[in-house]
Amino acid sequence: MSLEIAISIVMTLVIAATPILLAGLGELVAEKSGVLNLGVEGMMLVGAVAGFITASLTGFTPAGYAVAALAGLCASLLFGVLALTIGANQVATGLALTIFGTGLSSLAGAGFVGTTITRLPALFPQGLAGHPIFRIVFGYDVIVYLSVALTLAAAWFLNHTRPGLILRCVGESDASAHAIGYPVTVIRYLAVAFGGALAGLAGAYYSLAVTPMWADRITAGRGWIALALVVFSSWRPWRLLLGAYIFGAVMTLELYSKAAGFALLPPEMLAMLPYLATVVALAVIAMRPSRGRLDAPRCLGKTFRAGA
Amino acid sequence: MRLKLEPRKASSRLALYAAPVAAIALTMLTGMVLFTFMGFRGATAVFEIFIQPLLQPERWPDIAVKASPLVMIATGLAIGFRANVWNIGAEGQYIVGAIAGTGVALATYDTEGWWVLPLMLLAGIVGGAAWAAIPALLRIRLRVSEILTSLMLTYVALQLLYYLVRGPWRDPEGYNFPQTRMFSEAQTVPNLLEGTQLHWGVLLTLVVVFIAWFVMSRTLSGYQVRVVGLAPMAARLGGFSENRTVVMTMLVSGALAGLAGMVECSATFGQLTPQFPVNYGFTAIIVAFLGRLHPVGVLIGGLALATSYIGADIAQTASSLPQAATGLIQAMMLFFLLGVDIFVANRVRLAPSLTQHAS
Repeated sequence: MSLEIAISIVMTLVIAATPILLAGLGELVAEKSGVLNLGVEGMMLVGAVAGFITASLTGFTPAGYAVAALAGLCASLLFGVLALTIGANQVATGLALTIFGTGLSSLAGAGFVGTTITRLPALFPQGLAGHPIFRIVFGYDVIVYLSVALTLAAAWFLNHTRPGLILRCVGESDASAHAIGYPVTVIRYLAVAFGGALAGLAGAYYSLAVTPMWADRITAGRGWIALALVVFSSWRPWRLLLGAYIFGAVMTLELYSKAAGFALLPPEMLAMLPYLATVVALAVIAMRPSRGRLDAPRCLGKTFRAGA
Repeated sequence: MRLKLEPRKASSRLALYAAPVAAIALTMLTGMVLFTFMGFRGATAVFEIFIQPLLQPERWPDIAVKASPLVMIATGLAIGFRANVWNIGAEGQYIVGAIAGTGVALATYDTEGWWVLPLMLLAGIVGGAAWAAIPALLRIRLRVSEILTSLMLTYVALQLLYYLVRGPWRDPEGYNFPQTRMFSEAQTVPNLLEGTQLHWGVLLTLVVVFIAWFVMSRTLSGYQVRVVGLAPMAARLGGFSENRTVVMTMLVSGALAGLAGMVECSATFGQLTPQFPVNYGFTAIIVAFLGRLHPVGVLIGGLALATSYIGADIAQTASSLPQAATGLIQAMMLFFLLGVDIFVANRVRLAPSLTQHAS
């Protein structure tokens, strides 16, 4: 295999990994605060369609990403009102959000099938981004670098700052955090909103970069893979990055074997691979002796009511 | 003075039963505003979706046929949800049920006999249960959340279906269309009422609902499921095994989804095609909640959702409302239901404003 092909394979991998890293990172922060938002796929779809419509109407792709993040955030607030303010079951509310996002995106996007938009250009100057070898590091758009920077930021925020400590405290023991005087619900809202914005951004990466066009259910279940990655990472940002790139590799394998016409496995079997790999990964990570579930935030998915 | 939510001592029965009605009413109102805003005749469209099908008796059989798989799947899911077992991969179990049944159909092609159809339905049950057994085992053995695994397996099942109908199971005389050969008469769920779509599967669903009601409210197993869900600690002290409950509820919900898949495949399609899965497995989650996780409620909820499906078809033709609006309507129902449910466990009281007490 020539070096050139190897480099383009790695670049495809990075692009495949970026949206699940973004969505996973947002969910990781939300889950660290004790909230299980299963609506990632729905928020991604809302972001994907809002971003695409904006980019296609304004012709300005960065505006698409901005609106996508905002749309994802709004969708997450819908979850917040039901699950945090009203105290509805988080599993059911998250599922409702996913069904809602799926319906809303296909309704809103119906008129935009076949429209084209322009991708974001590479962040670095052509000399680096177009260099036959260095493009493996410099050849991406700003979102890719942003996703890595956000991983760094999230790891630092959660482990080395006071607000990060408070957020983790809320996720580990909401009652204690409340007793000390921290506004549990407000903190959870912020974490959920952050998760929503990143999910929106992640969705837009599919409609504006991975396949720059609109198609129904464009995220194809990747939001669920992002959710599984959070468990796989044991709620640690750097492991999430690693996990996202491993899954990027699995998805790239699928793409390239299809393109190369490998007769090894039928295309449908290859398309199964990321989902099967997720199930296997969840099983393997749970097999570690005496770890597994112990890593999960203690209050994950539990409803909190002050004074109840 | 301000409004304050106060927990009730016992949850309100009235609120419990009124909540789905209120949720549907709120969905109709919001839908009206939303569709008008989107440039459709909002009030007309909402009328066509929710009311029109009920006014046309010739559409009632269609509603029953549409409701049948939804109710059957949701009955199983509701049992699991009661025990805090979140099988959200019913869509996958529905598909695998149909695949297993179709396997029997293709193997018994050219064979006549009364036993062919029951064998296909049995294969559907076993297929769905087997697919649900994977997340069940992963949960009890390794404590892996069944939510994610059951959902992942839905995507796997979908690809398996595509593979089979494009590859080994493709109809040799089907002009290369990705679908199996048509089922024979002996392999088709018989029609119930001449001139309508109504088939025996609808009766089967009613039987399932009755059995589920009986088991859940009149037997120890049903009691066990409810206790494990409501008070896991008490269940443990009472000697009820949580693992057993997880496995049983997963298998039952998988089996019913698989059966529904096989019936739908045989009665409505008469063959396995890629067009077969239409997200009934996900809609059934809404049906389960709308039906208050009770078999009889699920029956009513299923009829309501089926009405909205048939109504959406009417609105599509009459008001050119896109098909996608159905999904949005369904999601809104669940959203509003979850919101309104706050009044089941709480009541609204007037309370002195916060500032007077803040210190």
